[in-house]
Amino acid sequence: MRFEHKDLLDIESLSVKDINMILDTAEGMKEISNRPIKKVPTLRGKTIVLFFQEPSTRTKLSFDIAAKRLSADTISISSGSSSIVKGETLIDTAKNLESMNPDIIVIRHPSSGAAELISRRVKASVVNAGDGLHAHPTQALLDMMTVREKKGRIEGLNIAIIGDIAHSRVARSNIEGFTKMGATVTVSAPPTMIPKGVEKLGCKVASDIESCIENADVVMMLRIQKERQESILFPTEREYSMLFGLNTNRLKGAKRDVLVMHPGPMNRGVEINSDVADGEHSFILEQVTNGVALRMAVFYLVAGGIKSAD
Amino acid sequence: MKIRLKGARVLDPKNIDDFKDIIISDGKIEAIVDPDYKTDPYTQVSESPESNMRDTKSPFSTHDGNNIIEIDITGMVAVPGLIDLHVHLREPGYEYKETIETGLKAAAKGGFTAVCPMPNTSPVNDNSSITAFMVSRAKELQNSKFSSVQSISSDKLGVERLYSGVCKLFPVGAITKGLQGESLCEYSDMKKAGMVAISDDGRPVQNARVMRRAMEYAKGLGLPVISHCEDIDLARDGAMNEGVVATKLGIKGIPNASESTIVMRDIALAELTGASLHIAHVSCEESVDAIRNGKQRGVKVTAETAPHYFTLTDEAISRYDTNAKMNPPLRTERDRQAVIAGLVDGTIDTIATDHAPHSLLEKDVEFDRAAFGIVGLETSLGLSMKLVQDGRLSLDNLIEKMSKRPASILGINNDLKAGNPADITIIDLDAFWSVNPKTFLSKSRNTPFTGFSLKGEVYMTIVDGKIAYQRES
Repeated sequence: MRFEHKDLLDIESLSVKDINMILDTAEGMKEISNRPIKKVPTLRGKTIVLFFQEPSTRTKLSFDIAAKRLSADTISISSGSSSIVKGETLIDTAKNLESMNPDIIVIRHPSSGAAELISRRVKASVVNAGDGLHAHPTQALLDMMTVREKKGRIEGLNIAIIGDIAHSRVARSNIEGFTKMGATVTVSAPPTMIPKGVEKLGCKVASDIESCIENADVVMMLRIQKERQESILFPTEREYSMLFGLNTNRLKGAKRDVLVMHPGPMNRGVEINSDVADGEHSFILEQVTNGVALRMAVFYLVAGGIKSAD
Repeated sequence: MKIRLKGARVLDPKNIDDFKDIIISDGKIEAIVDPDYKTDPYTQVSESPESNMRDTKSPFSTHDGNNIIEIDITGMVAVPGLIDLHVHLREPGYEYKETIETGLKAAAKGGFTAVCPMPNTSPVNDNSSITAFMVSRAKELQNSKFSSVQSISSDKLGVERLYSGVCKLFPVGAITKGLQGESLCEYSDMKKAGMVAISDDGRPVQNARVMRRAMEYAKGLGLPVISHCEDIDLARDGAMNEGVVATKLGIKGIPNASESTIVMRDIALAELTGASLHIAHVSCEESVDAIRNGKQRGVKVTAETAPHYFTLTDEAISRYDTNAKMNPPLRTERDRQAVIAGLVDGTIDTIATDHAPHSLLEKDVEFDRAAFGIVGLETSLGLSMKLVQDGRLSLDNLIEKMSKRPASILGINNDLKAGNPADITIIDLDAFWSVNPKTFLSKSRNTPFTGFSLKGEVYMTIVDGKIAYQRES
C-alpha cells in the first residue's frame, strides 16, 4: 500500500484509509525515539526545509527532531531572517527554495491557503505546519494518534473541543479529522468564538461547557490568546475562566476514563486549571511525544514511503 | 460623409423596437428610417456601379462616391450605447494595472459608449485639475486615429476614417479630500471640469455628519451621490463573505450587515436631505430589502449591482482563488437570488461592472493579502445576457439597466432619436463565445470567469458616430 499524496495540506483531502495509514506508520516510528541511538537512515540524503513565517517553538522543534531521527538534513528559515522582510513575495521565496532542490518543505504561515499556494508552485512535497486559521493537519493527526493509542479506537467516541474555535486551525483540523474517523465532535465557547456555519463541518455546538463535556471521552482545550481581547471576543480572562475554564469539578461530568488534551502552549488558570493539566486524566505531554513520531511518519510517507525506505 | 446602419433590429426600450436603418451624420443620429427609405444618393445604388463599391467579406459598402458608407448589420440588434456607472481606470497613479487608454478600449469592446471612473486614483480625483486631466486624456484618445479594432481586414473602401479610439469618459469625483472622509471637495469647480457624480468608492465616508453635508451640498449642484456602503469596523480584516465557506477555509469574514447598515444609513440621510443617492455594487439580500423599502417611501435612491453578484457565490473561492476576491464579497446563493429578484422588480436600477483591474503583483499572493476586485468590462454584457436567456429579464429590461437608467441617473438623454449623439451598441444575440482573458484589451486579467461559455456578444460599438470597436469576424 502506498501513500498517494505528494503533500500534506489539510485533513479534508485525506481519506479514512490515508489517516489510518499515517497513524499506523507513526506507531511504528514511536519506538525509534526510545532507542539509545535515536536515528535510522531512512531519509539519508534528503533535504527538508523548515519554512516558518510565524513564531513557533514546539512545532518547529518537533518537525526538526522528526527529520533528524530519519537522517534527513534540515534547514530552518524563519520570518526574521528571510527575504520576506525584504519585500520578496511568498511565491518568489518558494521558487527560490525550489531551485535548491529540497525534497520536503514544511511551511507555517499566517495566511490561510499559503501552504496550498506554495504546493502548486514547487515540485517538493509540502507539509503544512499551520496556515492562518485554516489547517494544522499534523496536530490533528497526532491528537488522533494519541486518542487511538489510549482508547484503542476513534469511532464512536465523544470529543469535546472548548475554546476559540473561530480563530483556531487546530479546531478546524480536529473537527474534520475526528468526524471523518467516526467520532462525535461537540464544540463550545462564547458565541464570539464560534464561526458562522461551523455545524457544516460536521460538529455540534453546545452553549455551555458543562453540556459540552457531558459524557465526553476526550476533552480538548484550546489556548486562549490574550491578544484576542483586542478584538473584543471576551471581556476578561477572569470571566472566560469562570465560564469556560476546565477544572476538576467540571471534568466530573465527563466519562470516568476521559482524556484531557491541549495543543499547547497552555495558559494555566485561564482555559485550564493546573489541577487538571497535571492530573491523572491529562495526556498533554504524550501528545508532544507522539508529535515527533507522527511527523516522522508524515515525512516518510510523503517522501515516497516504502520505495525510498529500501 | 454619412453612415447608414442597415438591416438591424433597432431596440430602444419604450421608444422603438423594429427593423429600421439608422442614418448617422456628423457624429449624430440624423434619422431613423424604414429599411426601404431612399435618400437621393440611394436611388443610384444599382445604376451607377462605378460609384458603389462592395467588399464581399466585409459589412461595409460605399455609395455616392464614398459619401455614404453602409454597414450591413443584418441579424444584429442595435441599442442605445451601454453606460457603466462604476469602473476603475487606475490612471493617474496605477498605470501598471490599467490606463485610461486600455480601460476605454476594454470598455468599447464590452459595448460601452461611456464609463464613469471612480476617483480612487493617485493622486485622488478630488480637484478640478485631476478631473480635467482625465477628461482631456479621453478626448485626445477619442479623436486619435488608432482603434481597438485589431485588424481592419480590408480597407479598399477607406472605412478607416470611420474608426476612433475609445468610448467616452465621465469622471466621478471624490466626496472628501483625499478620500479621508473629513472635508468636502470643490464639487462645483470639478463639475465644470466634467465631473458627473461624487463618490468615496473604496474608502467610504464613515462619519454620518460628513455624508449628510456632502449630500446636501451635492443636491444644490444637481450631482448624484454614489455610495460604496461599508462599515469599515464591521468589515475589518475580512477577506470574503462571512459564512460556511469562510469558516471552512479559515478566512476572516465580512458580514452582510457591514454593507446593509450603511445602505440603511445613507437612505435615511437621502430622505433627510432630499439628495439623489445611488447605492453602488449591491451584494446582499438585506441591502436589496432596504433599497426596496426606501423606494416605497419615496426616497430618491437608485442602485446598481454587478454581474458577479448575480452569477457567482462565495463557493467560487473554495480553492483560495484570489480572482474571486472583491469588495463587497461574493455572498451566498440566497443573496444571489435576492439580487436577481431586485433586478427583476426594479429595486436594482442598473448593472455596473466595478471593473477593478489588478496585476499579478496584487493577485498572485496569499488570499488574505490579495487586493479586492475583478475586471468586468469585457464580460459584463455576456454574463448579463444570461438573465435574459434564463427568462428573468426581458431584453428591454436589460437594456434599461445597462444603458437607459445609467444615462438618466447622469441626467443624459440617450434615446435613439434624431439629434442625439450617435452612441450605439450593436449586439450579436446569437453568438456563442468563451471567456479567454488572453484576448482582453484591459491591461489586467483578474477575472473569475475564465472559460465561461456565454451567448450574446458585442459586434460593434459606435461612439459619436465613429466605430470604437468592431468584432473581428
